[in-house]
Amino acid sequence: MALTATPELGSGAVRPAPRFFKRPRATTGVGSWFTSIDHKKIGILYGVTAFTFFLIGGFEALLIRLQLAQPNGKILTAAIYNQVFTMHGTTMVFLVIMPMSAAFFNYLVPLQIGARDVAFPRLNALGYWMFLLGGLFLYSSFVLGGMPNGGWFGYAPNTSMTYSPGHNLDFWIFGLLILGISSTIGSVNLIVTIINLRAPGMRLLRMPIFTWMTLISSFLLLFSLPIITVALFLIMFDRQWGTHFFDPLGGGDPVLWQHLFWLFGHPEVYILILPAMGMVSEVMPVFARKPLFGYPVMVFSGVAIAFMGFGVWVHHMFAVGLGPVATSAFSVSTMLIAVPTGVKIFNWLGTLWGGSLRFRTPLLFAIGFVIMFTVGGLSGVTHALVPADRQQTDTYYVVAHFHYVLFGGAILGIFAGIYYWYPKIFGQMLDERLGKWHFWVTLVGFNLTFGPFHILGLQGMPRRIYTYPKGMGWDFWNAVSTFGAFVIAAGTLIFLYNVRRTDKLRLPVPADPWDARTLEWITPCPTPEYNFLETPTVHSVDEFWHRKYTEDDNGRLVKVADSAQFIERLATEDDHIHMPSPSYYPLVAAIGLPIICYGQVYRLWAVSIVGLLVMISGFYAWAIEPGTEPPDPDELDGVGGGSHGAALELPAEGDQAELGRGEPVSVGAGAADAGPGPEPSASGSGGASGGGDPALPGGDTRGVGEAGFPGDPTLSVDDVDL
Amino acid sequence: MASTPDVVDEDAALAAEAALEVRHHHPSDRTYILVALALGVLTAIEVGLYYLKSNKSITVTLLVLMVIKFVIVAAFFMHLRFDSKIFRRLFMIGVFGASTLYTIVLFMFGVFHV
Amino acid sequence: MADLTTAPDHGPAAGAHPVDHTHATATGVSNAKLAMWAFLGSECLLFGALISTYMLYRHRSVSGPVPHQLYDIPFTSVSSFVLLMSSLSMVLALSAIQRGDEQRCRVWLATTALLGATFISGQIYEFTTFIRRGMTIKTNVTSGAFFVLTGFHGVHVTLGIIMLLSLVGLSIRGKIPQSKAEVIEIAGLYWHFVDIVWVIIFTIIYLIP
Repeated sequence: MALTATPELGSGAVRPAPRFFKRPRATTGVGSWFTSIDHKKIGILYGVTAFTFFLIGGFEALLIRLQLAQPNGKILTAAIYNQVFTMHGTTMVFLVIMPMSAAFFNYLVPLQIGARDVAFPRLNALGYWMFLLGGLFLYSSFVLGGMPNGGWFGYAPNTSMTYSPGHNLDFWIFGLLILGISSTIGSVNLIVTIINLRAPGMRLLRMPIFTWMTLISSFLLLFSLPIITVALFLIMFDRQWGTHFFDPLGGGDPVLWQHLFWLFGHPEVYILILPAMGMVSEVMPVFARKPLFGYPVMVFSGVAIAFMGFGVWVHHMFAVGLGPVATSAFSVSTMLIAVPTGVKIFNWLGTLWGGSLRFRTPLLFAIGFVIMFTVGGLSGVTHALVPADRQQTDTYYVVAHFHYVLFGGAILGIFAGIYYWYPKIFGQMLDERLGKWHFWVTLVGFNLTFGPFHILGLQGMPRRIYTYPKGMGWDFWNAVSTFGAFVIAAGTLIFLYNVRRTDKLRLPVPADPWDARTLEWITPCPTPEYNFLETPTVHSVDEFWHRKYTEDDNGRLVKVADSAQFIERLATEDDHIHMPSPSYYPLVAAIGLPIICYGQVYRLWAVSIVGLLVMISGFYAWAIEPGTEPPDPDELDGVGGGSHGAALELPAEGDQAELGRGEPVSVGAGAADAGPGPEPSASGSGGASGGGDPALPGGDTRGVGEAGFPGDPTLSVDDVDL
Repeated sequence: MASTPDVVDEDAALAAEAALEVRHHHPSDRTYILVALALGVLTAIEVGLYYLKSNKSITVTLLVLMVIKFVIVAAFFMHLRFDSKIFRRLFMIGVFGASTLYTIVLFMFGVFHV
Repeated sequence: MADLTTAPDHGPAAGAHPVDHTHATATGVSNAKLAMWAFLGSECLLFGALISTYMLYRHRSVSGPVPHQLYDIPFTSVSSFVLLMSSLSMVLALSAIQRGDEQRCRVWLATTALLGATFISGQIYEFTTFIRRGMTIKTNVTSGAFFVLTGFHGVHVTLGIIMLLSLVGLSIRGKIPQSKAEVIEIAGLYWHFVDIVWVIIFTIIYLIP
């Protein structure tokens, strides 16, 4: 397949736009991680970065617990304590759970829907770099005068310049703005990907449940982030431009901050939990060898939770004095939201019931999730009762509630996902024995740490205060809790050891190690760069499972095919799979943003303008470069090899036309049989209709699902696209 | 593997709709100009109302006119009327979501003297 | 399997119409367009918060001149009309490129940018007048809410103008032929949205007492 005539261009000639940097091409090697637009690499980047922040946030937690281990603790001053607990919360919410979920969204969703990547791969990379830089920006405050200290919720007027002079909170404000942009970008990308890039036959109600939870979480992000964006701008204006939005003396109302924050903040907690719920919903069926109980109900309850999640925010403000009408209305809505949540719990139980249970580590974490989350949910229900909540507000009871749902829930769920998908991502299995130790140590430590908070809270111990006096009767449970925190730390060390050991051992992993159910397992482990050899056609939920098993008349499982028979082989040169090219520009554009923000923190407009120019030039260069580079002249006879990731970036005539143009080919190409199969000659001739036809050269192995990549061949090479 | 006949689902319906859209008329330039003139007239009416002694019904009328202008621009200029319903839904979630949430917030602040 | 893959804008069916060349997707709608609509849905929440903040603080100022005392409604009405007309020129630009008339498209795009710039100039004039007459962003909560809301809107318009001028530049270089009309359409969606926001702002902030 030599290079044929270039496709028609608007300007009539191929003239690559002037570029300052040669387009990176490598897809392996350290440098490739900085320029990769591969959703899998980006997912791994998100995961590793998030886990690092988990360790940092955990360290902050240990500091808190050391300080509170005894009354009148002297480990941290009040000022430092405020920074530590603020950063602990901000880190865990924005730098751990959200990006960890993003890691799985990014890695799994295209695989679960049968696509080669997300709709906008370079935008995806941008989102990651903004996240990393936002997190670094936030933590740079450590060496620049002090970390944010207004709590993760930043209540006004405490956050005003009057009560919080110094730059601490400015770092918080701008850091969160950067992170918010990152998440918004990610959510748009995922929504378009899930709606538009599904493989043939993958109806919405055949998608894996994790993908559904991703879609729902993305909508939650899309509609809640703008609200906190406004809130952050307003407090920034108060602090830096002298406005009075939250300053009562100037006519402002601090309660407005609370409304705006919690209008975001409540959907945010569903953003934190739904992905983990999705993971648990994937794990349980596999290890029970039963389908998810009530799949459509699980989907609709997720949608219901999201929808209702926008209608309960005032339950964070029951003690503010909003009046009986508002508080009772939201009390009712809060009680109602327990319904779809409870439905999910019962469906998980129904999934396990009667199943052939294999108690491997992922299932242990999943079951741990269900039980711990239920406990947290129960304390949440008590919060819904306004009189009870009045007593619980600002005490450790609330801290107990949200740690049970966020740690006992989200974190345990995420670990279930980590153990389960580890072979898919890394081609290795984490050790089972160490995994079980990790689970039990963590479970015990977690309950020792946070269980006592219920008691302490009801005994009146206030939260967000750096110490407590002797003689309150709180000493014993605080000591227990601190001990528990170190047990959690030990559990985490076990996990880290497991990872390291696994990496060193490099034991081979069987294809389909868990006898799984969903589409991502049809690819070899670890997933190859191009995802699927051919875009699969989907016929049911749990597509992969139904290719292996069917049921006899008695409802018993009957194996029809061994997964080894149809797990895809690795691609070779003859497969002619085209992937979009790596790019520097997402990273370049991302770098501009923290520069702008440093300028604003220090009121140095020149710095901000420099940052803006960096960002704009990054975006322009990005807009001008094509999604996929035409082949390097040095490789024209090439099958790209070596650093090009094994013959995948083939310089064939369809290069500009790569992704997204499957169907006409399939229609004309005589691919009458199995899906968009690779039929080089057929598709090459059948679909071709003049120069820039989307006829893919060596067989379009991408089906409908591939759209979104630039490169309609009748468009100019220098595509303006994302 | 034979084609899956059961994939006549919402996605295919949406796709068919999109196909139809291509064959639908895009409004002509003349239509656009008429729409713009209508918008101009509505704006003129609004400004005229401003100069009358304001009362509740004037306010309500102004709001109604605002909504009409909003809908006209969205339906014609933004092509929502002729496009796939998926766009309409996305946008409406934003519009109705925002309207509802913020109205509730403003109620709680007593902005609407009800 | 072939029949499922819907590429509605390809093949004989679409032959009669200048093809959109939307990428083939599961739903038949274009990715970029879907992304823009999702983004605009999100922007509703953004402007909604800003508008609500203004509505909350409309009568809560403690001192200083408030916007209503300083409005020049005739002037702002003309400004609003200008912005509305810019939506017309935007849609005419799209119509032109859909017909394949790149030159006319450029003219209408430039017109849109010009009208937008006129609107922004009007805003700048208005703001400087207010500031000269003693109402700045920090004078009181009403003025603060006013400036933040209209300021955010103005930044959006300005970014739109930059985008439009970039498109003119790309079109001159031949990068926007008829087959890429969708790029213009998507830019138009953004522009019309910004116009709609102003429709709301003009009524609620300026006209309603």
